Amino acid sequence: MNQLMRFSRLHGDSKVAPFVAILVLVTLLASMGNLLMPQDSVFYVSTYTITLLGKYLCYAMLALAVDVIWGYCGILSLGHGAFFALGGYAMGMYLMRQIGDRGVYGNPELPDFMVFLNWSELPWFWQGMDQFWFAMLMVLLVPGILAFVFGWLAFRSRVTGVYLSIMTQALTYALMLAFFRNEMGFGGNNGLTDFKDIVGFDLQADSTRVTLFAITALMLAVILVVSHKILQSRMGKVIVAIRDGESRARFIGYRTERFKVWLFVYSALIAGVAGALYVPQVGIINPGEFSPLNSIEMVIWVAVGGRGTLIGAIVGALLVNYAKTKFTAIMPDGWLFALGALFVFVTLYLPQGLMGLYKKMMDKRKNTTDGGSGPDDVLSAPVQSSAKGGDV
Amino acid sequence: MRRLFAILCCYVAASMVSVQAQEPVALTGDIQAAAMPETTPEKAPETVTSDSVETLLTKLTAVKLSKALPVLEKLETQGGAALLPMFKSMLAGDLYYIKSSKAVIAVVKADGKLTGRTVLGNQDLGVIEKKQIKKIRVNNKLRVFLRQAIARLQIGAPDAELRLLAVKTLLNSLNSDTVEILNSARASESDEDVRNMIDLALALHQSASPSSETRYAVVAVLADSLEKEARNKLAEIAEQDSDKKVRLAAAKALKKINERIEFYDFIDQLFFGLSLGSVLLLAAIGLAITFGVMGVINMAHGEMIMLGAYTTYVVQLMMPNAIEYSLWVAIPLAFVVSGLVGVMIERGVIRHLHGRPLETLLATFGISLILQQLVRSVFSPLNRQVASPEWLSGSLEINPVLSLTLNRLYILAFALLVFGLLLIILRKTSLGLNVRAVSQNRDMAKAMGIKTGWVDAMTFGLGSGIAGIAGVALSQLTNVGPNLGQAYIIDSFMVVVFGGVGNLWGTLVAAFSLGIANKFLEPVTGAVLASIFVLVFIILFIQKRPKGLFPQKGRAAE
Repeated sequence: MNQLMRFSRLHGDSKVAPFVAILVLVTLLASMGNLLMPQDSVFYVSTYTITLLGKYLCYAMLALAVDVIWGYCGILSLGHGAFFALGGYAMGMYLMRQIGDRGVYGNPELPDFMVFLNWSELPWFWQGMDQFWFAMLMVLLVPGILAFVFGWLAFRSRVTGVYLSIMTQALTYALMLAFFRNEMGFGGNNGLTDFKDIVGFDLQADSTRVTLFAITALMLAVILVVSHKILQSRMGKVIVAIRDGESRARFIGYRTERFKVWLFVYSALIAGVAGALYVPQVGIINPGEFSPLNSIEMVIWVAVGGRGTLIGAIVGALLVNYAKTKFTAIMPDGWLFALGALFVFVTLYLPQGLMGLYKKMMDKRKNTTDGGSGPDDVLSAPVQSSAKGGDV
Repeated sequence: MRRLFAILCCYVAASMVSVQAQEPVALTGDIQAAAMPETTPEKAPETVTSDSVETLLTKLTAVKLSKALPVLEKLETQGGAALLPMFKSMLAGDLYYIKSSKAVIAVVKADGKLTGRTVLGNQDLGVIEKKQIKKIRVNNKLRVFLRQAIARLQIGAPDAELRLLAVKTLLNSLNSDTVEILNSARASESDEDVRNMIDLALALHQSASPSSETRYAVVAVLADSLEKEARNKLAEIAEQDSDKKVRLAAAKALKKINERIEFYDFIDQLFFGLSLGSVLLLAAIGLAITFGVMGVINMAHGEMIMLGAYTTYVVQLMMPNAIEYSLWVAIPLAFVVSGLVGVMIERGVIRHLHGRPLETLLATFGISLILQQLVRSVFSPLNRQVASPEWLSGSLEINPVLSLTLNRLYILAFALLVFGLLLIILRKTSLGLNVRAVSQNRDMAKAMGIKTGWVDAMTFGLGSGIAGIAGVALSQLTNVGPNLGQAYIIDSFMVVVFGGVGNLWGTLVAAFSLGIANKFLEPVTGAVLASIFVLVFIILFIQKRPKGLFPQKGRAAE
């Protein structure tokens, strides 16, 4: 085990650069394949595939957000779907305002659903959402502030482990119930949809779709590098220390709750950005995104890929979602069986996920050369961190 | 007798010829009344009545809708109480006649088939083709008459409840005839409630009296009643009465009545709160054991509830003729089914994840997905209807503004019973002793020779089995579907966390306080906002007191 840890410390983190390179390369190839190749060419990439890839990358970003707090800080959030959906709703509101008078009712000010509800004017929280910069600010601010308030309250009173998980789940559940109400002013059950264009570009155009996909890939690369830097820094070391023994870290003199709050906010921001990029590509945002099932699915992406490794989270998200797309097309009933079995299998037999498996295999090959063990293993996922890390 | 038959035959012949039905019918009635004293008193009247009633019934099948009222009136005077079932099924629109024989029958639709019964004698006629029969139509005028006729007939019923209902129906149709009936009924009435109701009816009738003294007395009678009619009349008097003294008294009485109604509304809300609380308690109590005592997060707990509900459904499928007793079979069976599944989950998965709560959470969530999909594949994604036994339906009417539904009342009692049993199991049995020992100090318990693995499996089985029982109870309140469990899992966790983990009494208090809070918020905010507020409240509460309402104390708490 220790050898595995040492190996990952030495080699695991250096994979970020090659991964970013692969990501950029694939993005470039896929974009060119869609825009430059004729439709009958072997190298042609359909717009459907581009959108699908873009969606996967948004999920990967979301997985990264979950991994940052779960894999590195031991905080299992079952409510990250809330931050994702809030970011998505902020973007959706901007796109809604962009429709202008092209809606069914042709009202230049009010979105269709408000006309339908006989509202005469825009609610206060819709003001300013027609400005792109303001909407983008909201994409960051709304999830960020929610995460800050929730985290500040929870971590300060040392709510940890399963309690915190259940609280986050209750949070997203409460938000789901709220957004399902028509009176909330977010389109109720149907959510926001029928978007026309974004900053002047037609959302149905291939070029817009490719651009959105490329932006998503770029954002993912940037977030990956930034997260990597943060976790490599001094702060990152403290965060892992909190995961492995919160009381110990506190006794040494770190204000652990502050680290946790800021990491939680950072993670929520990533989720918000992922949601904002997701909505224009998928074309709809509805309260279903808040459902606890969605949030818990994100966790399994990370678990499959391997928590505590940034790349593992991304790989897990891509793999599981690809499997979901294939599965639901071939046998829709089977997907939940497969997903459920995946939960059980991964937690029982693959606690370190695919990246852990990969490292174990690599480690076996290198076993003869490396015999020592390091005391400060960064990537070991502690067995009982959440059970014992709380109060003393 | 012979004479009567002859007359009847004449009549039948006459009615075949004549379309104008009223005269001959009246004639037969008079003659019959005259004939009755002559016949032997014991047996004859029945036969006589039934004969003429049958003719009248045949008449009913032929007569126009607008001419049916006189026929019905005759029927009431002739048939008396024997015709109650017929009036009732006519009111419900279930009265038909067979085209060939003109025999009037009551038709009941069950399982897509029509079964008929004779209106006199209630003989089962078996399955009937729709082609053979024709409906006897009713309009609103007839319905009004039927309701009053039923009331008039039932006022002499042996059952006090029926008599009470009869008087209540008559409150709307007070005239000198009904008042006479009521007066004579009052003289022989032994039940106090019925007598009070009759007094109310008589008072209502007297409210138009010219003497202000009488009206004043009427107000005094009405002031004691919570009936809607009394309130309306009081409001009318308070506004329009010519005498100021009477007006003031009526206004005062009205105010007092409104205060009482407010109080009963409060009780009603409290009952609904307690009812929701009992549901929460049932759903959460199993979790309080697995999560609270064992420290295991079981996200599949909701699916254990669902399995219990589906067990009820299957039991009812297997014994369709004994729905009354199905619950008594379903309760132990649901306990066994859910309990076994729970033991399997514990042995197969949770055991290997000991001490890793977050992983346990994920694995059990996976199991919950599998179980949900399994139920969807085996049964259907659609909701299933579970029948309620007769003794569970209906309501306990305390007074006109407050009635408690029986199924909720039973479930409240059932939840408390289960809670008590569980408390006894944990406090008084050796299993309970072992469970407490293991939950307090696993290693020490093991060193003392307790088979911790076996205790874990039993505890988990117990918690899951109780969830199954909760499923049986829930199947009586809501639809049974694959998502049944999911609807309760978050609420259950909230209850356990709010009450304080590892504390059954805390769970009890939390369940009822959350249920009551929810129901009292609902009228103000609406159902959805109420549950959102409660959720947000718990989230904030946990920040303040992370260990819940009743935290465990001592070393075991860490």
